This record gives sequence, C-alpha cells and structure tokens, in this order.
Amino acid sequence: MSLLEIRNLHVSVGGNEILKGIDLTVNAGEVHSIMGPNGSGKSTLAQVLARRDAYQVTEGSILFEGKNLLEMKPEEAACEGLFLAFQYPVEIPGIGNTYFLRSALNAQRKHRGQDEMDAMDFLPMFREKLKLLEMDDKLMNRSLNEGFSGGEKKRNEILQMAVLEPKLAILDETDSGLDIDALRIVAQGVNSLRSPERAMVVVTHYQRLLNYIVPDFVHVLVDGRIVRSGGKELALELEEKGYSWTEHEPVGARA
Amino acid sequence: MSTDMNVVHEMASKEYEWGFVTDIEEDRIPKGLSEDVIRLISAKKQEPEFMLEWRLNAYRYWSSQAKADAEPRWANVTFPPINYQGITYYSAPKQKKTLNSLEEVDPEILRTYEKLGIPLAEQKLLANVAVDAVFDSVSVATTFKAKLAEAGVIFCSFSEAVQKHPELVKKYLGSVVPHTDNFYAALNAAVFSDGSFVYVPKGVRCPMELSTYFRINAAETGQFERTLIVAEEGAYVSYLEGCTAPMRDENQLHAAVVELVALDNATIRYSTVQNWYPGDKNGKGGIYNFVTKRGKCLGRNSKISWTQVETGSAITWKYPSCILQGDNSVGEFYSVALTNNYQQADTGTKMIHLGKNTKSTIVSKGISAGHGQNTYRGMVKIMKGATGARNYTQCDSLLIGDKCGAHTFPYIEVKNASARMEHEAATSKIGEDQLFYLQQRGLKTEDAVSMIVSGFCKQVFKELPMEFAVEAQKLLAVSLEGSVG
Repeated sequence: MSLLEIRNLHVSVGGNEILKGIDLTVNAGEVHSIMGPNGSGKSTLAQVLARRDAYQVTEGSILFEGKNLLEMKPEEAACEGLFLAFQYPVEIPGIGNTYFLRSALNAQRKHRGQDEMDAMDFLPMFREKLKLLEMDDKLMNRSLNEGFSGGEKKRNEILQMAVLEPKLAILDETDSGLDIDALRIVAQGVNSLRSPERAMVVVTHYQRLLNYIVPDFVHVLVDGRIVRSGGKELALELEEKGYSWTEHEPVGARA
Repeated sequence: MSTDMNVVHEMASKEYEWGFVTDIEEDRIPKGLSEDVIRLISAKKQEPEFMLEWRLNAYRYWSSQAKADAEPRWANVTFPPINYQGITYYSAPKQKKTLNSLEEVDPEILRTYEKLGIPLAEQKLLANVAVDAVFDSVSVATTFKAKLAEAGVIFCSFSEAVQKHPELVKKYLGSVVPHTDNFYAALNAAVFSDGSFVYVPKGVRCPMELSTYFRINAAETGQFERTLIVAEEGAYVSYLEGCTAPMRDENQLHAAVVELVALDNATIRYSTVQNWYPGDKNGKGGIYNFVTKRGKCLGRNSKISWTQVETGSAITWKYPSCILQGDNSVGEFYSVALTNNYQQADTGTKMIHLGKNTKSTIVSKGISAGHGQNTYRGMVKIMKGATGARNYTQCDSLLIGDKCGAHTFPYIEVKNASARMEHEAATSKIGEDQLFYLQQRGLKTEDAVSMIVSGFCKQVFKELPMEFAVEAQKLLAVSLEGSVG
C-alpha cells in the first residue's frame, strides 16, 4: 500500500477550477518535488492535502495509508501523521513556542493512544532538535513566531516537523525568503529527517532548493495538471529551459 | 461560514452552567422604592441612626436624579428603561436567629455553594482563602474568621461591620464613592443590604487571600452590595470576588459599590471574576451589571491594583478606578472583558493622578464574539500638582466572527507638562489562518480557539492569584463556546 494516493483530483476555489485531474502516488521513503510556475496550483495541492476547507474537491480521491483523507479534519490528518510546513507561518501572540509544540505533540500522542510527554521528557528531546536547526533557545521562550524573521519562521516550521516526526511532510515553498545560509540549515534539517518510513513532498518554484534536498521524483505542475514527471534531472532541465518548455512537450511517465 | 468556524460557534454557545435556582424560604419586602422602604431595610438590619440618615440622604439624592431623568446614557450600550419600582430591594434567606457558626447556615444554601464549587466548610476550603458568601441581599457565612482575627484582620459582612466597628464604617463609608457620584452609586447607597468589609491594620500582611462570592438567587430582586476595604499603613491584602446568578428571562439589576482605601505604603490587590448570567443566546434575560468601583491611594507609596475578568452579564457598565493622591502611589488596571451572543460591555478605568511621581498602568483586553459589543472607555487625568506622573495604556481587542464589535474611547487630560503618557491600541481578528495552523499541528478546534484567546489574555491572567488564573482561563473557554461566524 502506498502512503499517499491521489487519483483524478479536481479542486475548485469559489467556482474556479484550480486543480484539473491530479494523479500522484507517494511511497514511504520517497522524496517528491512538485515544481511549477506561479498560479499553477502547487500551494492549493499542499493546502488540500492538509485539509484546509476553503477548497472544494469536486472530483477524485485521496488515500492516506489507505484511509480516505478527504473525510478527515485537519487535526485528524495531522494526528495520522501528515505535516504541512507552511509557506506563510502565522504569528500567535501570548502562546509560548515550547508550550505550543508540546501541546501539539501531546494531542498527536493522545490520538495514537500513547502517553502524554511531560516537560522532563520533552525538553531534552526538544533541545536536540533545536541544535539540529541551529536555533537559539531564547527564541523558544518567545510567542509563537512572533517577531521572528522570515528565515526564523521557516526554520521553526522544520523544527516542528522534527519534533512531530510525521509520516508525510509537505513543504510548501519552504525556500522562499531564505538566504543561502538559512537554506542550507533548513535543508540539513529536512535531510536529517529522511528515512525509509517517511515521505516528503517538496513544493517549490525554483530548482535551487533541490540542490540541497535531492528528490527521487520531480513533477511539473502547469495550470492544474501534472504535465511532466521524471527524476531529479528534470529539475535541472526545467531550470535551463523554463516552464514554457513543458507546455509543448508530451506528458511524461508518472512516478 | 466554514465548518471550523461552525465548531467554534457551537463551542461558544454552550449553556450557562450556574443557572440553577435554590428553593429556599425568603424574607422579602414588597417591590418598589420609597423612604419607607429605606427605613424598613435599615430597621431589618437594626442599624444605628447614622446609617439610616446616610441612606435617606442618598435616597433623596437618587430620587431627585430619577425625577430629573439623570440616569447615565452616555455608555455605548442599549437597553429598555428600568422600572425601579418593579424591583424588590431586599430579599434574604429566612433564618430564625443570628448565625453563630457555619453549622447553622441553611443546608440548602451550603449545597448551593457546593454546587458552585465553593465549599464553605472551613476544612474543605482551598488552602489559604477565606470566603464571605453573599446570598441575595445578605452575607450568609464568612470563613476563617478566627485565623484572620489572630493577625488583627477584620473580614466580615458589611452588616456585621456596622454593628461591631461603626467608627471605621463611619470614617470610610462613602469617602471614595460618595452617594452623589452617580445614579447607580446613589441607588446603592440608599438600599445596599450587605457586602464585605475588610480592615487590615498597620503593618499587617493579610495571611491569606480574601474572597467574596456573590450569588443572586431570588427572582425580581436586585442585588446591591457594598464592599469596603481599608489597608492601614504598610498593610497588604489581596481580595477576590466571584459572582453567578440563575438563568431567568427577565433582566435583573446588580448595582454594587466597592471602595478601597490604601494608606502610606499599603497595597490592595482586588481581583474580580464576574460571571453573572449573561442572558440566552438570543439576548433574553441576564444581569445588568452597573457597578462603581474606586480605590483611593491616600498614602505615599501606596498601590491599588484592579484585575478583572468579565465574562458574564447582559450589560456591563463598570470602571474600576484609582485616585492617586499620595506621592509615588501606583494604580493598575488589568482587564479581560468578553462579550458573546448579545452581551454588551462598556468597561474600562479612570486613573486620576494628583500626587507627585504617581504611576498608572492600564492593560485592557476586549474579546467580542457572536453579536457581542465590547467597549473600552478609559480616562487618564494628570492634575496640576502631579509632577512626574506617568501612564501606560494598552488596549487590545480581539474579534471572533464578523457580527461583533469592538470600540475604544480613551480620554486623556493632562494639566502638568512633565507627565509622560503612552497609549497603545490594537484590534485583531481570530483568523482562519491561525486556527488552521494550530489544527494542522494536531490541536482540536476548541483547544485551538482557547489557546489563541488565552494567549491574547496572558498579560492579564498573570496578575490573578494562581488558583483563580486557572479558573478564569477555564471560564473564558466555556464562555466562548459558540462564537465565530
């Protein structure tokens, strides 16, 4: 059984069809990259997978570990092991980062029938992950993302992913707004989380990120359709020829 | 409206849990207000002559104000005219003789307080909190009296204070809120039937939290209690009040007065968790909470700190204030006011700076949900002699849904050029973005909402005594159940 199976997915927002029949299969251990120009539907796909309900699924199905993802609430999908690293992480004043993350972890553990983790067990694990992302402890005493720079916010997303250890992580334009050092650190964090049990879907506009996070498969999304799929070399080809090139080519083999 | 928001909506419309009625024999006087009624109340309480005179004075003033139609209308709230002759001004649980101990309190009343989560039996009390329980018009039990007396602290019902400490009552009653202060304060002065009295002598740090629990039970009555707290030189006291009422279709009036006096180097912390019945989700019924609270920092280096969490009442009209008379005195106001469904609140504070180097801090957090209307109204006045005065004001509003309102009316009056004033205000909305973010990490909608709201209120909650902060947070979560849309 695949970890994620998307079949003929059609999605509309306010009557406009954004995704026009997506098929995608992701197995455990794989890293897939979804590339495409602005407005092609990349972020919509990420949000639909995370169960944001502003989007209407008009046709098709999504199975996550064989379960119908479209029947899950966002928190259920999260507890089942689906994680979205947001393109624009929100700020929430008055909620400590550490407190928030422990609450989230415990909500997920509870869902899985595990014991809640107390602060004594949580903190050593948490400190390890902080080190991995080269993040300052002090940041964690502040409110959730409040006053964080763009790069700090993105790193915080990956930190959360490292703590929550999802089965499927969707990274939505995690590279946007990152300088080269931050990009390296984020990628290092992501790479350390690659494992045979975990899959990742990396949504990006540029090929740059894929120099650091090397995907197993690359899919090109244009106007709501996957027009091409291939290996990591496809990303380089895209970078060289631009997205317009794909529009004149036949649809490639699907992963 | 999205499904998430629907969940929040349902959550915010959870029933009021404290709406039950206790079936008990009442001693109540006929409806209406007149000099005879005032005399009757005073007689029932066997008050000394000076109290009767004081009440009658207040009544005459109120009466002239009522004739002149001087009921305040400036607040940002709307309600039909109140028929002051349709209210019963005194209702007490019937009891045969004066109570000497808790064993003599009617078991029905004790059960009521048990149900409210406020056990009055002393051994079962929260460690270190003494409680005065006011049921309708009278105080039914005050706990831990003996232990407090050892420290020299007087904590008793107002009625008892009038009997046992008339000189203190005479000296301070009306010294901070005179009966001429406003319409509701005048009404209260005329008819108030009980309340709490606290006196902390010189140099004494009150050994425990003091608390009063107000309960309206009888129908068609008003509750008019009066609290007076005096902290002598160098004294410290922390006081908390809580309140609930049954669910009824008609509106009930609650017009209380609280006076605080802090002498040199004294500190009074006054915390309120107000949860009067707010009316149903269509706005029917609920308490009109028209309250005058004021503290006077009479002495040098004195400090008065108000913390309020206002989640109940159909209408709240309340401005806990500080008169900063002593040099270097400090006034603080920390407030969380929540309006859900059709609740209306017009609340804030007044900081009147008279003494030199006086300092005030105002932190107000308004939360509006459903069709709730929430108004912050605050006045900061720096008088001529208040050289070096400082004020910091922060008022933030959080909107949940798109049918509610948040309003801010700051008044600033500065008559001394050396004053330093800061004012910050912000309005934000619980966005679907914030909710979705928290849910995506595994938190349920209701947990996500209460997390966002308690984050918003954090600055105020940390001012509350520990056990009440937890209580307040829970209360807020319950009061919010049902509010995004």
